[in-house]
Amino acid sequence: MSPPARSEAAVLPASAAVPSAAADTIEIRQTGARAAAVGRALLPWALPLGVLAIWQAAASLGLLSSRVLPAPSDVALAFWQTLNDGTLVTNISVSTGRALTGLAIGGGIGFALGVVNGVWRPAETAFDSTLQMLRNVPHLAIIPLVILWFGIGEEAKIFLVAVGVAFPIYLNTFHGIRTVDRGLVEMARVYGLSNAALFWRIVLPGALPSVLVGLRYALGIMWLTLIVAETISSTEGIGYMTMNAREFLQTDVVVLGVLAYALLGKLADSLTRAIEQRALAWHPAYQSEAGGVA
Amino acid sequence: MTEIFAASDADIAAEVRAADIRATFRPPAPAQPPRRWKGEALRLSAVTKSFGARPVLRRLDLDVPAGQFLVVVGRSGGGKTTLMRLICGLDTPTSGDVFVGEARVAGLMPQVRLLFQDPRLAPWQRVLGNVGIARGPSWREEVYAALKDVGLADRGRDWPSVLSGGQRQRVALARALVSRPGVLLLDEPFGALDALTRAEMHRLTERIWTEHGFTVVLITHDVAEAVALADRVVVLRQGEIALDVAVDLPRPRTEADGAEATDLRRRILAAV
Repeated sequence: MSPPARSEAAVLPASAAVPSAAADTIEIRQTGARAAAVGRALLPWALPLGVLAIWQAAASLGLLSSRVLPAPSDVALAFWQTLNDGTLVTNISVSTGRALTGLAIGGGIGFALGVVNGVWRPAETAFDSTLQMLRNVPHLAIIPLVILWFGIGEEAKIFLVAVGVAFPIYLNTFHGIRTVDRGLVEMARVYGLSNAALFWRIVLPGALPSVLVGLRYALGIMWLTLIVAETISSTEGIGYMTMNAREFLQTDVVVLGVLAYALLGKLADSLTRAIEQRALAWHPAYQSEAGGVA
Repeated sequence: MTEIFAASDADIAAEVRAADIRATFRPPAPAQPPRRWKGEALRLSAVTKSFGARPVLRRLDLDVPAGQFLVVVGRSGGGKTTLMRLICGLDTPTSGDVFVGEARVAGLMPQVRLLFQDPRLAPWQRVLGNVGIARGPSWREEVYAALKDVGLADRGRDWPSVLSGGQRQRVALARALVSRPGVLLLDEPFGALDALTRAEMHRLTERIWTEHGFTVVLITHDVAEAVALADRVVVLRQGEIALDVAVDLPRPRTEADGAEATDLRRRILAAV
């Protein structure tokens, strides 16, 4: 990279000698670029904000019954009230706790099975076809059974989430490990890496992009499962909050609950993206600066 | 040794008395590890390798003295890569024995390193991590020394994805050199490079080999490359040695070596 850098340095003094008009142009161009950047940042929000405005107008003009859909201002009011009496925070934290516990248990099991079956053929022979069979059972179909086993307590919800997230993580971990570059594995063997070193330095990093795809997919299933499980039977959580509100025809609270789910889902997805940015920093797709390309 | 030290101490003392201390006095340099390391001899005795009923190598006998630069030339499918895999212990011969130094090859040999056709760098390890992939004792110092050898000392923190093809192959070469191998196997590592980069890699490989004195076995189908680098050229044809010729041209060699090199190239081509 040093030769191009040197040539730029050679050009710089010449452009510095150009009268200040050029500097002004540069400044204008910079302000223009900044405005364009702000525009780019705001553009994705234009559509949702527009929809919100139309929705509010329709509700205020009486075109939209509050039984069908409450006005955005009512939802905001409900948000303020539930925030003040503490129920919103409690319900969100209870739901998040359930979701993450289920993810940790189910994801851990799925990941472990994926690793074992991926690196050890006999394990694959023993477990894989069973897992494929179980995978094809819609996990929400076993809700009646789960209620019989665990009652309607926390265990039932966490169990359902764990079952839901285990399979996408299992599948993607297994696939990631199986598709690690054979040439790299052979290289590692020739260069004397132990099995543990081979796993930590070659196999696991090679499988990581796939594992993270599995995690993102699992997060979607995690919230979906939790919504269903909480709607059936709960005394706390966002699902309970919305079902309870339905009893009293509080559509604003129902919409608030839906928004809370949307926000939590988005938050989880952003978190995974951040993890990807960090863990896959080596990947050309995640390298922001183009510098150093030789 | 003591005499030399005594003399230099006296010199220093004189200089210090005379004038500036900083200009002349330097602490003794830390002991450098020897730049040359031990090459290992290679011996193949009656080595046969078959895949199913098809023999790839037929009763091959080959003696490579320690420190020799041997180039094996042959068509693809002539058993060159199989020979490599047998020497580094990735495969076992159907019959016969391979020896590296005194040791019979059984399983992977730590004193043999193989440079593949493609660099095979782990994209998730920086250059440092790739060169020191085996993480031996004091690997960081050795990695820097090896990167210096291949002229990439300043690229240690880079990801492999930002390197050019030639640089990647140089990183792979550094990785092979880190453990100071007795035998370095090069399996057509320059085949995918452009002509200029290839010539650069030839000079680099020759320089490092001259400096460290290990044994080299280079596989290629490029006759000019063979004559440019080899102490000795072996032509492998249908699993047998068709030609075994010494190359006694002075180093460093150029394309225009004259009649002797041209004659050698012609002989090798005829045997391939």
